[in-house]
Amino acid sequence: MLRFTLTRLLSLCLSLAVASVVIFAAIEVLPGDPASIMLGVNAQPDTLAALRAELGLDQPMAARYLDWIGGLLRGDFGISYTYRTPVVEMIGDRLAVSLPLALFSLALTIVIAFPVGIWAAARRGSVADVAIMGLTQLGVAIPNFWFAMLMVLVFAINLQWFSAGGFAGWDAGLFPALKSLTLPAIALALPQASILARVMRSALLDTLSEDFIRTARAKGLSRREALWRHALRNALIPVLTIIGMQFSFLLAGGIIIENVFYLPGLGRLIFQAISARDLIVVESVVMLLVFAVIVVNFLVELAYAAVDPRLRAR
Amino acid sequence: MSHSQTETGAPTEQGTLAAALRNRNLILGGLLTLVFLGAALISFVWVPYDVTQMAIANKIKPPYAEHLLGTDHYGRDILSMLMVGARTSIAVAVLAVGIGMVIGVPLGLWAAAKRGSLLDEVIMRGNDLVFAFPSLVIAVMITAAFGPSATNAIVAIGIFNIPVFARITRSGALTLWNRDFILAARVAGKGSARISFEHILPNVLNLLIVQGTIQFSLGILAEAGLSYVGLGAQPPTPSWGRMLADSQTFISFAPHMALFPGLAILLTVLGLNLMGDGLRDLFDPKLRRGRT
Repeated sequence: MLRFTLTRLLSLCLSLAVASVVIFAAIEVLPGDPASIMLGVNAQPDTLAALRAELGLDQPMAARYLDWIGGLLRGDFGISYTYRTPVVEMIGDRLAVSLPLALFSLALTIVIAFPVGIWAAARRGSVADVAIMGLTQLGVAIPNFWFAMLMVLVFAINLQWFSAGGFAGWDAGLFPALKSLTLPAIALALPQASILARVMRSALLDTLSEDFIRTARAKGLSRREALWRHALRNALIPVLTIIGMQFSFLLAGGIIIENVFYLPGLGRLIFQAISARDLIVVESVVMLLVFAVIVVNFLVELAYAAVDPRLRAR
Repeated sequence: MSHSQTETGAPTEQGTLAAALRNRNLILGGLLTLVFLGAALISFVWVPYDVTQMAIANKIKPPYAEHLLGTDHYGRDILSMLMVGARTSIAVAVLAVGIGMVIGVPLGLWAAAKRGSLLDEVIMRGNDLVFAFPSLVIAVMITAAFGPSATNAIVAIGIFNIPVFARITRSGALTLWNRDFILAARVAGKGSARISFEHILPNVLNLLIVQGTIQFSLGILAEAGLSYVGLGAQPPTPSWGRMLADSQTFISFAPHMALFPGLAILLTVLGLNLMGDGLRDLFDPKLRRGRT
């Protein structure tokens, strides 16, 4: 297990290093000089040069890359070009929306998918199973931002149960804050729950066809008992892998849904930063999301290997 | 979902046709896909109204006899916009799948031919790396760096198709390399590159077609998402995602503007997914199970 963890850790670091180079290189290509955007068209050449020096833009590219990476490692993400505040604080504020949104929708995904998937597997081939699988096909195919718009129309505009957008803020109390995240979380969760329910069902059906289930049945367990006592635990392994992937997807995928609901999360931040050519913010947000995804994948893989020793040999 | 009847044995030509006709997923998915492809093709020669012409006097009309799906905020006919928009979706998704196949399939074949070597390892680890990136964020970054356009959306979506095709090609090819007919080809003196293209590739084609259909549907969803946030095809080129973005301001009093483009995306993606399931059942009855 130690050897496995170390090799995985090495590949994690390698992935992060490559990711940082790719992100830095891509952002460097962005047209537009941040200094001249900040000072406007009438800027004097010497003030422009002074600002470029202050922002470190006159340094060679390699030096700026190392500077950026060194800062990231020390938790110093630099100063936003447009807002002149530390990027770390900006990201922290936005993360207070995006992270709870991702967790909320992940919880919804699991709460919907588990019973649905188990129920369908227990009744394989029945009308209910066929109907559920048909519905999940719809859920997989629906664009989540469109579903979000439809929910705004129904629940915010017509029924007025929710506000159509914006975030109440955590200062307003837990309930109002969660309430303003509810529709976005449902919109994010629906397609993921459909995928997870299908994974759950097929993982259960896979397990149910294995020999040890036949043994359990031969010992007198009913199909349903065998499912609950033996199959479910074994089917959870692929299901947990998918959940890990879905969390990173929900965190990153929130950036479009945040736009539908005008939520002040990382997604809004990244789009604002792109249009303002606030390169340092774009770089940092993208790097943070990539970091989160790679680390979550790594943890899932470790958990997976801890549960199933066969995988360590790979 | 599919409990159709392709249960037994290796199909003959006739058997395949009969199985295809009894495969509900394939029929329904195929029909939906045909409607979508047909709409795009017809739009080249005929659309109900010219989508480049604004008719402000006629703006935001709900569906009625002259405009079957209503008009948008510039008075353009929504049905015509959807037909032309289908071209954008198809072009982006097809080219993105094309990028994935053209680069991914040879990589997969190469890795399988040199299985166990350092090259195989490098290719597969590279795939893992691309896989680990959150595709949407990278797509946003690419379109932000190089400017929003359909071309950049294609590249952004296409990059993430490469590891998908490389993996599926490699795993399909690996099982084939142990088969007798490959051994026969080697005895006949053929090199591994020639064997890969002459014998392995035709035998993994089924896998590639099924995966291609699925990636095509994912490409359509991704294109819609990117153009919804303004990073896909730029106006005046109609695209479904863009139509949805435009409709958002008017949703409280003109829900039809949001309804139809969304339905178009939903039905197209659904059709392609069902067709992918159906094709898989047809090619390999053993694998028949709810797709994930």
